[in-house]
Amino acid sequence: MKQSRIVITGLGLTAPNGNSLPEFRQNLLTGVSGVELIEVRYMGAQPAGVCHFDPLKYQKKKDVRIGTRAGSISIHCAREALADSGVNWEAADKSRAGIYLGITEHGNVETEHEIYNISLFKHDTRFWSHHHNPRTVANNPAGEVSLNLGITGPAYTLGAACAAGNLGLIHAAQMLRLGEVDLAFAGGVSESIQTFGIFAAFKSQGALASHPDPTKASRPFDRRRNGIVVSEGGCIYTLERLEDALARGAKIYGEVAGYCVNSDATDYVLPNAVRQAECIRKAIAHAGLTPADIDIVNTHATATLQGDIQECQAIVEVFAGCPDVNINNTKSFIGHAMGAAGALELAGNLPSFNDLMVHPTINVDDLDPQCDVPGLVLNQPKKAKRVDAILNNSFGMLGINSTLIISRHRT
Amino acid sequence: MTKDECKKLVVDIIADIAPDEDLSHLKPEVRLRDQLQLDSMDFLDIVMELRKRHGIEVPEADYIQLASLDSCADYLTPKFNALAAKT
Repeated sequence: MKQSRIVITGLGLTAPNGNSLPEFRQNLLTGVSGVELIEVRYMGAQPAGVCHFDPLKYQKKKDVRIGTRAGSISIHCAREALADSGVNWEAADKSRAGIYLGITEHGNVETEHEIYNISLFKHDTRFWSHHHNPRTVANNPAGEVSLNLGITGPAYTLGAACAAGNLGLIHAAQMLRLGEVDLAFAGGVSESIQTFGIFAAFKSQGALASHPDPTKASRPFDRRRNGIVVSEGGCIYTLERLEDALARGAKIYGEVAGYCVNSDATDYVLPNAVRQAECIRKAIAHAGLTPADIDIVNTHATATLQGDIQECQAIVEVFAGCPDVNINNTKSFIGHAMGAAGALELAGNLPSFNDLMVHPTINVDDLDPQCDVPGLVLNQPKKAKRVDAILNNSFGMLGINSTLIISRHRT
Repeated sequence: MTKDECKKLVVDIIADIAPDEDLSHLKPEVRLRDQLQLDSMDFLDIVMELRKRHGIEVPEADYIQLASLDSCADYLTPKFNALAAKT
């Protein structure tokens, strides 16, 4: 069966180091971190990635009050993506648009706030907000976009831990191919820095980053890495079938060439290099490519001791014999944006199709020999010989792996 | 507490519940819903804020008493004064 080709025609984002693709990209090429110290409830100052977009650009104050941070992030990204896409929204059939957003988790923030709130009133549940349920339903971020843009097509989230950003795009491509929608808003979002529980759990696990300088706290592949910097953020793309995009003369960022989602089935939190390599290989095969055709591998590595090593093992296994592949990491700049990570990290690399520059992995002062993968781009950007295919890894707890490949658009 | 003071407290709450609204020309005798974009969830917010900020409980059967600023003042002022007398 001949499948429709799916292309990216717009994107909107908010990252800890940029609220637009040009700003984000510029900071990735010039080594500007977006990690800062924030006060986390019960835990004090922690390094975190904080986004500084203006929610009132696209929302009323009342909607910000009633909604969630994830909702505001989603609306900001979706509106920016729509504007970037050039779609004539007034004339568009809103019932043929879909919203597919990856999330690592949703509801922790709002639940913690409510529990804290009633603790101020002797835990009297009469003080529990009636807004709690609409704020915590898992479809909240997508639903808020639907309300804001008047989209009456499908709007839901995909829960896939930290693989979720890629899954938003993959699922959207599938829905476009099935003919379920004509325009997809797809990507991932996270509001996780507002929940102390995520920080506390990583701390208990021995996987929460700390460093006297917050901009140096996220250091994948470095020997002195000590864990994850939790971040918020979002990135939403507009995806369309190629023929629709060409018919309206849309700008095309790239094409969804291939993907794979699989599961380790081995552990709740520990990654599995064998399954990761399998996921990467299957995505490359799905794209009709070979490992030598991949020009950039954007790693998932989160700066945990084991996770980075496991992913490096998987990459070495797949890309041995591919001397020109470039391997980088975006979390070293922005921390781990959880459900947004896959989508945001891909966005940071898409301009490479045009400028052939590969943004580096920063904060690698002392490369861990177990992460010394040929092709790693360390601390300074590098000019690539060719950028025709970008491979984006995102892995998550409970052993979910996702690999997405975007190729240079060619008619 | 006077009825005007009570109205001021209610307007303070509404300012937080409906932050986009201009409250400078509110007519006390006209239903709040006819002057402002308030829905049933917003009225629940008003009830919640009365409880949180002032310890005033409004039973569901009495929500209708919150229709206008005047009716709010008629209904809530005695409650505020009774509470003040207790404390």
